[in-house]
Amino acid sequence: MKRVIKSITPEQDISIVLCGEAGQGIQTVEQLLTRILKLSGYYVFATKEYMSRVRGGSNSTQIRVSSNPVQAPIARIDLLIPLDKEAIKHVSSRLDKHTIIIGDRERLDTDKKVIQVSFLKIAQEIGKSIYANIIAVGLLLGLLDGDIKVGKHFLKEYFTQKNKEEFVADNIKALEMGCQEAQRLIKEGQIKHKQFSRLEKSNKAKNNLLLSGAEAVGLGAIAGGCNFISSYPMSPSTGVLVFLAQYAHDFNIIAEQAEDEISAINMALGAWYAGARAMITTSGGGFALMTEGLSLAGMLESPLVIHLSQRPGPATGLPTRTEQGDLQLALYAGHGEFPRIILAPANIEDAYKLTQKAFYWADQYQIPVFILTDQYTMDTYYNMKKLSVPRGEIVRFIIQTDSDYQRYNLKVRDGVSPRGIPGFGEGLIRVDSDEHDEMGLITEDMEIRKRMVEKRNTKWHWLKKEALIPTLIGATDYRVLCVGWGSTYNIIKEALNRLDKPDIALLHFQQVYPISETSTNYLNRAEQVISIENNFGGQFSQLLEMQTGISIGTRILKYNGLPFYADELAQEINNILKGKGGQK
Amino acid sequence: MKKTMDFEQQAIKPAWCPGCGNFLILKALQQAFAELSLVPQQVVMVSGIGQAAKTPQYLNIHMFNGLHGRALPPATAIKACNPELTVIAEGGDGDMYGEGGNHFLHTIRRNPDITHLVHNNMVYGLTKGQASPTSELGFKTPLQVDGVISDPINPIALAISLEASFVARVFCGNIEHTVEIIKKAIKHPGYALVDIFQPCVTFNKVNTFKWFQEHTYILQDHDVYDRNTAFIRATEREKLPLGIFYQNEQKKTFEQKLTVHKEQKTAFLFRSINRNRVEELLKGKQY
Repeated sequence: MKRVIKSITPEQDISIVLCGEAGQGIQTVEQLLTRILKLSGYYVFATKEYMSRVRGGSNSTQIRVSSNPVQAPIARIDLLIPLDKEAIKHVSSRLDKHTIIIGDRERLDTDKKVIQVSFLKIAQEIGKSIYANIIAVGLLLGLLDGDIKVGKHFLKEYFTQKNKEEFVADNIKALEMGCQEAQRLIKEGQIKHKQFSRLEKSNKAKNNLLLSGAEAVGLGAIAGGCNFISSYPMSPSTGVLVFLAQYAHDFNIIAEQAEDEISAINMALGAWYAGARAMITTSGGGFALMTEGLSLAGMLESPLVIHLSQRPGPATGLPTRTEQGDLQLALYAGHGEFPRIILAPANIEDAYKLTQKAFYWADQYQIPVFILTDQYTMDTYYNMKKLSVPRGEIVRFIIQTDSDYQRYNLKVRDGVSPRGIPGFGEGLIRVDSDEHDEMGLITEDMEIRKRMVEKRNTKWHWLKKEALIPTLIGATDYRVLCVGWGSTYNIIKEALNRLDKPDIALLHFQQVYPISETSTNYLNRAEQVISIENNFGGQFSQLLEMQTGISIGTRILKYNGLPFYADELAQEINNILKGKGGQK
Repeated sequence: MKKTMDFEQQAIKPAWCPGCGNFLILKALQQAFAELSLVPQQVVMVSGIGQAAKTPQYLNIHMFNGLHGRALPPATAIKACNPELTVIAEGGDGDMYGEGGNHFLHTIRRNPDITHLVHNNMVYGLTKGQASPTSELGFKTPLQVDGVISDPINPIALAISLEASFVARVFCGNIEHTVEIIKKAIKHPGYALVDIFQPCVTFNKVNTFKWFQEHTYILQDHDVYDRNTAFIRATEREKLPLGIFYQNEQKKTFEQKLTVHKEQKTAFLFRSINRNRVEELLKGKQY
C-alpha cells in the first residue's frame, strides 16, 4: 500500500493522532478523551498500534471524532500531538499540508510547523509533570468544543476511587488549563475556531455503549454462559482472560492462569466434561501448542470454544500488531479428521454476538468452535447501539443418563450422541482419546472405527446447512464484488462509501468455515471479484476458491502489521477499477 | 458396603502382558474403592497414554482417557467444576513425569483435591522398552545403547520439595499395603501423590519383582508431618522406603480457594447466569 489520497468525499470527521513513547500516558488520554467526548454527544472511534515494550519506543493512538458513527481507522491525520522526538518521524508518511501539529516545540526535533503549547511547563506549575496528559485532554476538549462540565465530572469519578482529593483537584485544574490553552490558540488565530468545532452533538451518541473488541468477546462469553476459562497470557488475546477474571466473582467464573497452553486446553476439556461451559483465549504461537488438545476435542466429541486472536507470525513475529494470518492454522490444526466451525467477528458488536453463538454451537454439536479475532479488533472501540442480552435460561445440550447410557451411541441420525456428564444420572460417562466403541471403551475393531469416523463427520452436513450467510452490502446488481472476512468489515464498508460507485458491493464473511452454500451464487454474479485481506497469501481467497471452484482475480493484501486504512483502501480499490494495482 | 466386583469392567479384557504389575494395581484399586464404599457414579478416573493409562478402561467408573502426559489438567478442572466427584489422575512414569512433567509441578502448586497415581516401572512399556525419567543410571535399552546417562527423577523428593500435601510410595507386590495407602490418598483432602513401584515383566529385566522385594522396606516410626525428615527419607538410595513420606491436611485445596464455591456448592451444570447482572454490566459501558 502506498500513499494516502485526500478524501474522495468531504470529511465529516476529525482524525486525531497522539504519538509518543510507551509509558507516556497515551492510553490514559485515549481512554479519558473518548469517553468524555462520547458523553458530550460525539461519535468516537479509537484504535492503537504499539511496540512490544513496556517503556519507550513509538506508539500511537488514532481517535476519530464525528457527528455520525465512525468505525474504521484512516491514514489521514488532521491533528497530531507528538509527545516525544520520534513521534513526528513515526507517522510522517501520513502527514500532509493540512495536518496541524500541536506540541512542546522545544521537546521536538522537526522542521515542520508546530503550534506551541507548553504541556510540561504548565503541568509543573500545577504541581507534577504527570498532569501534562490531562492538559492534552483539556486542550482537545477545548478545541473540539467538548463538554467541560462532563469532563470534570468524569475525571472526578475516574480518579476518586483510588486517589487523594488533592490529586483529583489538580487533575481538574489541569483539564481547565488545557481548555484555556485551546481558547488562547483560537484567540491568537493560530487555529481557526471552526476547524475542530464544526461537529454536531447528539443525545443518541451520548447513550451509546463504548467498548473494545476484547471486552465484547468477554461480554459475549458471559452472556453465552461461560463459567470457566483457562489460558496462558499472550498478546493480543490476554484482554479476554483479564476481563473474565475481573468479573469472575460476579458471574461465578473460574479463571485459571494455566502453566502452559497445553494445560489450558486440556483443562477446558475437563471442564466441559464436568458440565461447565469453558473457553480458552490465545494467539497463534499459543494455539500452535494446543493442536493436540484440539484433536482430543475432536475425538472426545467435546464442545470447546477457542478465542484465537491473531497477530503477525511466524514464531514471535510482531507480538503487538495485527494480521489475519492464522486462518489456515485454525483450519488445519490438529491431526485426523473432525468437524469444526471458524467464526470471524466482523466488528465489535459481532464479537459479542458470535461469542455467544460459539458456545451454543459448541454445546449443540459437541465440536470445537473458533472465534478468530485479531489485535486490531481487541484494541479498538467505538460508539455502538445497545447490545441485547438473551432472556431465559441458557440452553444446555446435556441429558440425565440412565444406567445403560452409551456416550458414543451410534444410532443417531445427526451424528450427535446425547451428552451426559458425571454426577447427573445413573450412567457412566466414558470419553476416550483412543478410537472407542459406543460405551467409550478402547477398540481396534475396524468396522466400529469406520462407523465412528462417519458419525463424527456426519455433523459436517448440519454445520454447512446452518453456516451463517455472508453479508452483502452496496449495490445489489453489482459488477464488482469485494470479498472480505473478519475484522475488515467496517473498513471496507467505509472505503466503498468513500468511492460511492453504483456497481460495486461487498460480500463479507463472519463465518469462514464451513462457508455458507449460498456463497457461490454471490460470486458467480460478479464480473470481477476483489478479495481484501490483512495477510500475504490471501488465505481466505484460497479457501473460497477451493470450496467454490471460482477463481478470485485480484487481491488487495496488507501485511505490515497494521490494519487497512479506509481512505487508503478506497484509493487502492479505485486504482484497480481503473486497471492498475492489486495482486493477481 | 460396596463389593470389589462393583468396579469390575466386564466388557473388555485388559491388554497387558501376562504377569504385568498393572493387574495388581487394578485389583488394588477395585479393593480400595469397595472398602471406601465409593459409588461408581461418583468416581472419575482421568488418564493419559501408556500401558498404565489404560487402567480406567478396565474399571466400572467414569473415565476421561485423554492425551499423553495430560491427565492432571483435566482432572484439576473436573474437580473444580464438580467438587462432589472423587477424581483420580492415573498413568505411568513416562506419562506423568516425562511428557507431563510441567503439569506435575503446577498441579502440586494448585493442590486440587485429587489423587495422583503413578505406575512406576522405570521403563517405557507402550513404545517397547526405552528409558523412562525414572530409569536408573546405566540402564541399557535398544535406544540407550550405552546405558542411561541422565540422572533419574526422584518424584518423592521432588513432590516434598514443592510441599505436596500427601506424598507416598508403594510396591504393588504388597497389595494390602498398596490398598491401605491408596485409600488414605483418596481420603486426603488435597493433592495426593502415590508413586507405585511396578515391575515391567517384558522390558525391564533389572527392576523385577524380586528386585523390588529386595530393595524396598516399609517406613516404621516415621513422623509424616515432619517435612525435613520426609525429605531425608525420600533421598535414601540403597533401600527404598515405602509408605507415606509426608502429609499436610492443613493446606487449603484448589477448590476451597476458588471463590465460585464459597456461596454456591452446586456443580456447574446446575448453575444459571444472572441475566440482569449482564444487563447492568453492559449498561456500565455507557460511561
